[in-house]
Amino acid sequence: MRPIWHQALRIGLIGGAAEVLLALIGMIEAFSQRDIISHIISMGHTLLLVVVLFIAYLAAKRTPRPEPLWVLMNSLISGLIVGSILALLVMVGGLINLRKVFINASPLLYKLLTFDQGMKAGISLLLGGGALSGLLAGLLSLAPKPYLRVLILSLGSVVGAGVLQDLLRPTFALWGPIAVMNEWLFTANGLTLHGAIGLFVLIAAFSYFWAQKGNAIRADLKRLPPASQRALRITSLLFLIIILLVLPQILGLFLSEVLTIVGLYVLLGLGLNIVVGFAGLLDLGYVAFFAIGAYTVAVLTSPELGFFNLSFWEALPFAIFMGVLSGVLLGVPVLKMRGDYLAIATLGFGEIIRILVLSDFLRPWLGGAQGIGKIPKASIGGIEFATPQQIYYLILAGCLLVGFIAWRLRDSRLGRAWMAVREDEDVAQAMGINLVSTKLLAFATGAAFSALSGAIFASKLGSVYPHSFNVMISINILCLIIVGGMGSIPGVLVGAFALVGLPELLREFAEYRLFVYGAALVAMMLLRPEGLWPEASRRRELHEGESIETESQPSSESEPH
Amino acid sequence: MLKRLRERFSPTDAVMWLIGAAILTLVIWGSTATLSQGRYTSHHWFDFIIFGLAQGSIYALIAMGYTMVYGTLRMINFAHSEVFMSGPYTAYYVAAAFYSSGFLDRQPIISLIIIFIVSMATSTLIAILLERIAYRPLRTAPRLVPLITAIGASFFLQYTFRGLYGSGFQAYPVVKILEGEWMLGEFRILKFQAVVIIAAALLMAALYSFIQRTRMGKAIRAVSEDKETSSLMGINIDRMIVTTFVIGGMAAGAAGVLYAVMFKQVHFFMGFIPGIKAFTAAVLGGIGNIPGAMLGGIFLGLVESVGPSLFLDGLGIAAPYQLKDAIAFIMLVLVLIFRPTGILGERLAIKKA
Repeated sequence: MRPIWHQALRIGLIGGAAEVLLALIGMIEAFSQRDIISHIISMGHTLLLVVVLFIAYLAAKRTPRPEPLWVLMNSLISGLIVGSILALLVMVGGLINLRKVFINASPLLYKLLTFDQGMKAGISLLLGGGALSGLLAGLLSLAPKPYLRVLILSLGSVVGAGVLQDLLRPTFALWGPIAVMNEWLFTANGLTLHGAIGLFVLIAAFSYFWAQKGNAIRADLKRLPPASQRALRITSLLFLIIILLVLPQILGLFLSEVLTIVGLYVLLGLGLNIVVGFAGLLDLGYVAFFAIGAYTVAVLTSPELGFFNLSFWEALPFAIFMGVLSGVLLGVPVLKMRGDYLAIATLGFGEIIRILVLSDFLRPWLGGAQGIGKIPKASIGGIEFATPQQIYYLILAGCLLVGFIAWRLRDSRLGRAWMAVREDEDVAQAMGINLVSTKLLAFATGAAFSALSGAIFASKLGSVYPHSFNVMISINILCLIIVGGMGSIPGVLVGAFALVGLPELLREFAEYRLFVYGAALVAMMLLRPEGLWPEASRRRELHEGESIETESQPSSESEPH
Repeated sequence: MLKRLRERFSPTDAVMWLIGAAILTLVIWGSTATLSQGRYTSHHWFDFIIFGLAQGSIYALIAMGYTMVYGTLRMINFAHSEVFMSGPYTAYYVAAAFYSSGFLDRQPIISLIIIFIVSMATSTLIAILLERIAYRPLRTAPRLVPLITAIGASFFLQYTFRGLYGSGFQAYPVVKILEGEWMLGEFRILKFQAVVIIAAALLMAALYSFIQRTRMGKAIRAVSEDKETSSLMGINIDRMIVTTFVIGGMAAGAAGVLYAVMFKQVHFFMGFIPGIKAFTAAVLGGIGNIPGAMLGGIFLGLVESVGPSLFLDGLGIAAPYQLKDAIAFIMLVLVLIFRPTGILGERLAIKKA
């Protein structure tokens, strides 16, 4: 039989490798420039600590025997191993110059890893710190679940406030009443100590209260008479609409810009959701329709080319029409392909469009690598949609319209036909569904939404370049609908915020954005493949055989199955 | 009679044939125009062909990894392009060290062999880790889930290597014995291109005979035919799947060094385009089909290097070389329309791909 500490050893080694990787790719060093709590702990050290704690917690949970002593021993061992691997890195780095190969193995990194205490003291600090954090994680794993959740939530909010300080501060400053909070909560770099403690206590108290009373409140709401329940729902809906309308004023310029980008991706996601999520046609060249929409508007409106000089609203129907047309044109040849062949053919189609736009051959008409500039802004009755705060309303209107159409389509006859095709083409055909028109309609609808998004994108930026339309966009959109939950309309929203909004907010760590993004995608697929806000039927399908969870999730409506 | 005809030819078929005929006419028209203009001599064409063969054999080696993994797991291993990148990028540091110490010039053969081994070992290691961490837990998941995982792993690996080695282009040291040219009758051929073609051909021959002749190769083919039955026959499925990743990784690592010899630079993003091309090649040849992947790769390389000048120059299109990727993808779409199973046909059991 394997010894009890076998798992702890393994997990500790994996954790150590992860920490060394984080150090060598320069993440620790880059994050250390920012303090979470001013002069007390930096983001880099927080990252180190979080990994150790997580690893040791995992080791504690995987202990084969439940006695607290064994659990604590295992978490201690894994924490110690993580610490000693880091110490090993410091020692090796002291002996040979790793920097010849690993450019981020700088003296500053070693200084950070040894907590600026010199080699010997630093190594013992690493070992001691690792063991101590391991022990701490072990103790936490023995604590009752609700308390642990409260603790993680409140610590998480402190760290989140520290990470997002540059966004929170200007946003608070816009609001008279909470502007005073800034002084109390933030310093120039990181939270103040009393601010951090205050925030921790506040969140902890609130989440503790919710953990105690939340279920009771929810049950009370359920017990209300139907009429007042309905009134409640309408009030909250109205409240939501008002919030959506005043949001850009609350958030300020930068966050509104982020919102517009997220909005464009929501439009794209809703379109691709119809093609991939509803009809099950894996399209990797979806960006082509986005490009076609943007370029149609650009060609029709830009005075730089001077062909037509239409206004945005005159050009918009053409853009959508071109999108639908190209959707059908792409759809016809790939009708008979299935699965991965379809994916690679559409990928090829997307690339063909980009390469054609980029080429010198079509330059007189499409502008080549320089793109097309001077695209006029959209305007209604003299009001121009120029700043992000104004464009937000344009995009919001687009999202609401498209969201409504997608929602109605899903429950329509056509929507059910799409889902039948997704589940099994042959059976669907046998049931009398016309595969050709069903699939072409899916391509056309998806392309129309994408072209609309492209048109708004062109008018928002004022110029279009072929480089904005590479295959990464298609992949990004695909990932966001899958992370959100395939075929789920609210999932698109969640996915867009998670995969587009969040990275946009953390722009200063742009170098590590895609690193974290990739790791998060893998982790997500391993741990929660159904997405963040899945369709009910899909969740059941993916967790087949497991006991049916009665998660009280605000999940989507009933499914036509 | 008319009814039968209508059953045979649906309107969508007609559209497809129309597109095909239009493209074929364009190709023939362009080629005759180019050839009658006589702007290129036979030396030019020879150069194009050799370059295409060299590029194509690199695609072919990478395509092996795609096609084998697709054969056994039915998934597009999107991260294979990063498996390809990791090898030569790591081996660059060995090559640079050899170069600065003068060992590369004194013992070029030995150093090249060591560079090859380092590159292949790194790529193989990455491929094994990928399979173990990212793909194995998802064997039974729906088809899209491993695809997304692969995309995520691809980002992760790209930016890991960017973080480790830096974001700039690294110039691969020049191997002196590979410079210069040989004469083949009246045609001259660049030495490194010839070496790339020969090395790739040898590797492919070795891989092919491994798959066809050995017991293990037979087991791999059995697994890609039918997993359940082969496991009943006493084949260890997990081991065979790892083996396909190992073989794919080795081929990709070797292809990486050849790529570095040919283009003389490495970069963390270098895998992306060759990766997509190689997958295209695998589909062209018929996915799951190993000789098909080789043939598809070489075919794609040739079309890319000869195509722009041959098809487009005669039509008076400016800078046809910019459109080489478009030609490759149009090629792919056409093959998929008219021969959906690829040139040599797919070797998959009759299931939905």
